[in-house]
Amino acid sequence: MSLDLVPLAVLMGLATYPSRALPLLLSRTGRLRPAILDYLRLVGPAVLAALAAANTVVQVETLADGARVSAFHVGIEWLAVLACVAIVTWRRNLLFGIVAAVALVAGVRAVGLA
Amino acid sequence: MPYPDAVIGLPAASSPSPDPALVASRRRLVLDGLGIIASAAGFGLVYGLSARAAGFSLVEGSAMSVIVFAGAAQFAAVGYVLGGFSWLGVVLLTAFLNARHLLYSAALSPYLADRPRPLRAVMAHLLTDEAFALSAAHFRRLGRADLWGYWYAAIVTTFIPWNLATIAGLLLGGAIPDPSRFGIDVVFPAAMAGLAVALVAGRREAVAAIAAALLAVAVSLAWDPAAGIVVGGLIGPALGRAVPIRAARHRYPESPLPLADPELPGSALEDAEGDPR
Repeated sequence: MSLDLVPLAVLMGLATYPSRALPLLLSRTGRLRPAILDYLRLVGPAVLAALAAANTVVQVETLADGARVSAFHVGIEWLAVLACVAIVTWRRNLLFGIVAAVALVAGVRAVGLA
Repeated sequence: MPYPDAVIGLPAASSPSPDPALVASRRRLVLDGLGIIASAAGFGLVYGLSARAAGFSLVEGSAMSVIVFAGAAQFAAVGYVLGGFSWLGVVLLTAFLNARHLLYSAALSPYLADRPRPLRAVMAHLLTDEAFALSAAHFRRLGRADLWGYWYAAIVTTFIPWNLATIAGLLLGGAIPDPSRFGIDVVFPAAMAGLAVALVAGRREAVAAIAAALLAVAVSLAWDPAAGIVVGGLIGPALGRAVPIRAARHRYPESPLPLADPELPGSALEDAEGDPR
């Protein structure tokens, strides 16, 4: 069994770990200014909304030369994500929202509309 | 759905009664995590299938999932290895794709600053989109860190299903139907959107989230989604902070650290005027 790519996995892990660890490891209790804490409080909703939007609206393809190309995507996924947001807002239940989103997408794909 | 206390790590009936807010928040975390488990398993399976198709061995594909533990970078690596690109390019792309973790780590750091550094070092390796989303919402509801909640979000809902599904994809290959047929690909954006909504407690969060989403899409289309997410995550909160505090009506008191969710049983929070919520 080949192990040739295990060193690459280690290098990729080393490239990833600092972004995960540095703020966590460098922070000390009570050392951050209130303005920074206030900013960090807003990072959660902002970055999760950014993730959701980018993963719903943008499709990425990797070309033969390695270039990554982004394209605007319109599809049933929009409605599914909006349905999930509506259910979470209404019922405060993420699981119901996800089930509804998956059911909508699976149903539309099953009948060949997407 | 009721969960016995033992399932969510609370003392048995003979022990002192547990904090009701903690019990309620953990129950919600467990339920929210079920969707994330489906997402991690679905994407882990697709990654395992892709890695197998690209010629990765079981050890190589699994090493990626254990050591890198970052879906977008792993998918990109499969494509780049298949295309014969240099390792340096793959490593640089990995750092770029995963730069958003800086924001997660920074956002969680106020909650975890008093924990031992070796513990934080271990927690950092398990910090993913999903772990951040679930634990940030959980900490926000409680107004403090809960290690049990973090380990549940990071290990039970993400690390274990991601790695088991990777192995399944690598071993079983074409015998597995395409998970996208069942709509599994929409679980991740739906879960992230739902958890973002759960974190919106007032106009400032709403402005931060909407601005970040718009910026993320614009920059993603102009450049790359990895950059879009970082730009949205950096600038969105700054725009949210620009909303005057008087105009921002929060469900939570205006405090640097998010406080406990007043909807949870046992929460004794009062608003800024001292009125019980």
